[in-house]
Amino acid sequence: MERDNHQEGEAEGVKICDPPSESNPPADTLATSLSLLGNHMFPDPVERNDSATVNKEEPADSLPSVDTAEEQSQDANLDSNQVTKLEAEETENSGQCHSDVSSQSQSSEDAAADNGQGDSGEFVVTMLAKAKLEEQGIGVKGRSSPLLEAGTQESPAFISHRDEDVTADSWRQHRKHVFVLSEAGKPIYSRYGSEEALSSTMGVMMALVSFVQSGDNIIRSVYSEGHTVVFLQKGPLVLVCVSSSRQSERQLRGELLYVYYQIISMLTQASISRIFEHKKNYDLRRLLAGSEKILDGLLNLVDSDPSFLLAAVHCLPIASSLRDSLSQILQKAITPNLVFSILIANNQLLTIIQEKTVIEDARLEPADVHLLLNLIGASSAFQAGEIWTPICLPLFNPDCYFYAYISYLDPPECTVCLLLLSTDKEAFYAVAECKRKIEEAMVAQNSLSLIAKVQSYSVSQVGVSDLRHFMYKPFDVPDNYRQLTQFTSPEMEAPYSSEEEKMRLLDLYRYMHSRIHSTSRPLKLIYHVAERETLLAWVTSKFELYTCFSPLVTKACAITAITKLLRWIKKEEDRLFIRYPPKYSTTPNPSKSSRGGKSDQQDSTDNGFLSLL
Amino acid sequence: MGDDHQQVPGGAQLHRNTLSRPVRTFRVKMVLLGSSGVGKSSLALRFVKDEFRNTSPTVGCAYLTRVVHLNHATLRFEIWDTAGQEKYHSVTPLYYRGAHAALLVYDISKRETFIRAQVWLKELQTHYIPGSTVIWLVGNKGDLEEVRQVSAQEGQNLADEKGLLFTETSALSGEQISELLLDVAHRVYECIGAQQGGLSEWQETPFVHMHHRNTSNPLASCCKVGP
Repeated sequence: MERDNHQEGEAEGVKICDPPSESNPPADTLATSLSLLGNHMFPDPVERNDSATVNKEEPADSLPSVDTAEEQSQDANLDSNQVTKLEAEETENSGQCHSDVSSQSQSSEDAAADNGQGDSGEFVVTMLAKAKLEEQGIGVKGRSSPLLEAGTQESPAFISHRDEDVTADSWRQHRKHVFVLSEAGKPIYSRYGSEEALSSTMGVMMALVSFVQSGDNIIRSVYSEGHTVVFLQKGPLVLVCVSSSRQSERQLRGELLYVYYQIISMLTQASISRIFEHKKNYDLRRLLAGSEKILDGLLNLVDSDPSFLLAAVHCLPIASSLRDSLSQILQKAITPNLVFSILIANNQLLTIIQEKTVIEDARLEPADVHLLLNLIGASSAFQAGEIWTPICLPLFNPDCYFYAYISYLDPPECTVCLLLLSTDKEAFYAVAECKRKIEEAMVAQNSLSLIAKVQSYSVSQVGVSDLRHFMYKPFDVPDNYRQLTQFTSPEMEAPYSSEEEKMRLLDLYRYMHSRIHSTSRPLKLIYHVAERETLLAWVTSKFELYTCFSPLVTKACAITAITKLLRWIKKEEDRLFIRYPPKYSTTPNPSKSSRGGKSDQQDSTDNGFLSLL
Repeated sequence: MGDDHQQVPGGAQLHRNTLSRPVRTFRVKMVLLGSSGVGKSSLALRFVKDEFRNTSPTVGCAYLTRVVHLNHATLRFEIWDTAGQEKYHSVTPLYYRGAHAALLVYDISKRETFIRAQVWLKELQTHYIPGSTVIWLVGNKGDLEEVRQVSAQEGQNLADEKGLLFTETSALSGEQISELLLDVAHRVYECIGAQQGGLSEWQETPFVHMHHRNTSNPLASCCKVGP
């Protein structure tokens, strides 16, 4: 019976669910419906009565499915089971055990009443979807959850939002919550508030996941008026994002994937699987203790740095001669088993060189570089000395560790950072010796003071008056095949100098990105007149471009501007991008860097663009 | 044997500047072990720069150096400040292998870190021959007297029982820090430096892995503290 319900639910979802996003409803419907498996679990007449969803779904669907759940459970007290079953649950499936949960069931009734819904089963979903998560307050107010007793040892002293009151309105109003939990429903990470206080909330999330799972289905997302809840299951981990940011589900899932990768980078996928094979209810926080800051930092970066959205690396624009000389310095300081040498200034890439044979069968992915940059940015401890640490690059190989040597070259300012990755854990002294060579060579060439003068560029250098900002990402073309995907972008200047305005522009870009990359109706070109600016996004086989203009620009003007911009980028590309990342071999003869012919991609695509219109 | 933490070896000084003396420089590998958040990185920062900063949890292991001048020799301390986080435990042997000195650090205001230090001790002792490494028990955060959970006497007793040396420090206030480093330096020099090949000499361009020789000299036989 339950299975039937699910199928029915899916069918309903396909027909009627449309996302609350402001964009093209007809085209998105299919895409979202595909992803909305399990969305029938979210009937909320209060929120959704503008659509047909309510009428169809609520009576036909959710009530029965709740009933099913009740039948399944061995005890009658459904609402409490829903809330707490994960706490008591040792097996991962949706067995609904009874536990003592008086206050939780009470709060759930309250919540249900708030929504004018008598059915307690629904509240779980409703509350999650609205990110109200009423019940977690109980966790805070003294009732320790059974979850917490297990392996919780000393919780390291953490500052700021770790201590946030999860019952407060301010907690709910965070733009984007991210939770990580294990399949047994154990909290692993929460962006805001302590995991302990949120254990019952996470229990609800896991209840949702396993409830849908028990019907041979996968929950992907839940939409409500103001929030999108996105689920991502990766091995034994469940990642949940509750966002009011209006980002597309796909973008949010991509962000959850970054969180997953960051966890993998610290523990490896293999060891996480092994741990949970051994002990389903293992408390992974033991292993992640001390790394919360790294995850926090990642989520802040994801929100504020478009590199993540574009899945490309932003490198610092410098004269190609300087970049070449830095690359040569790195290239001369190598040792066996050293595979990547990366030079970073102000958290942006200066140059990167790679061992030849390593890169032949795999390339360094932007996401791996993002994780490395985040690791460096999030850890002030690096400034004290030289670091030698195991680190996994999940996209390169999720099961193995590299050994990273990290050291700043310009203490005490600590802006220029050297990162050397070796496959040999014993190689510290050899790799540290490479650093000394690099340091010497940089002193000899006065590189540090040259780097110190490097700045990002201003959009005014392009010389197009109405252009306020842009992001340009060339694709893998034969010319730079298997090279690191990069993008270039000027500083955000007035009127986007305040944090709020920056975020607003990024949100507009995210919106354009979601339209361009819509799974149901991908677009090539959008001209979007927003309230305070006009945006134009364009994707071709060779590049992806997002531009922001002053509000009164005409379409024709914008097109001329883009033509000019593309010419400018073409002219400057040696400065804007790491064009030919040098490769070397750690056998005695370092190879020369491979240089290919330059392509004239923009010239040909300019025409394509104009003919498009 | 164990030196009470309040006693300071008299007359000894740390010299930061090279004194013109024809002394040999030896490399000393010192590792800091202990739970997350007990102040290992803060101790290391005190040793090296005599600063105190709020540090983030260490990633992997931080490597710092500090030169200490003794009367008859100069010791170049290569300090391996390990991460206390459990996820790095599998790689910690990488860092403490061949160490001449190991500081087992705990937080006097947290009993579990004291217990954890004993686990570290066991691990050290199963892997390495006692006597080849000077092991020092360090009760840090001495400034948190009012929330102390582990008494100085307890620390001292444990040290006596296991044949370790013991000091209470405060990385925050800097109390006993330079004394500790100097004591360790003397002890390492006396116990290990005197042995044939016990310490390797520091060359300006060191590219040798440290080879730590096992010796038959038990630690207990050379347990006098101070110059």
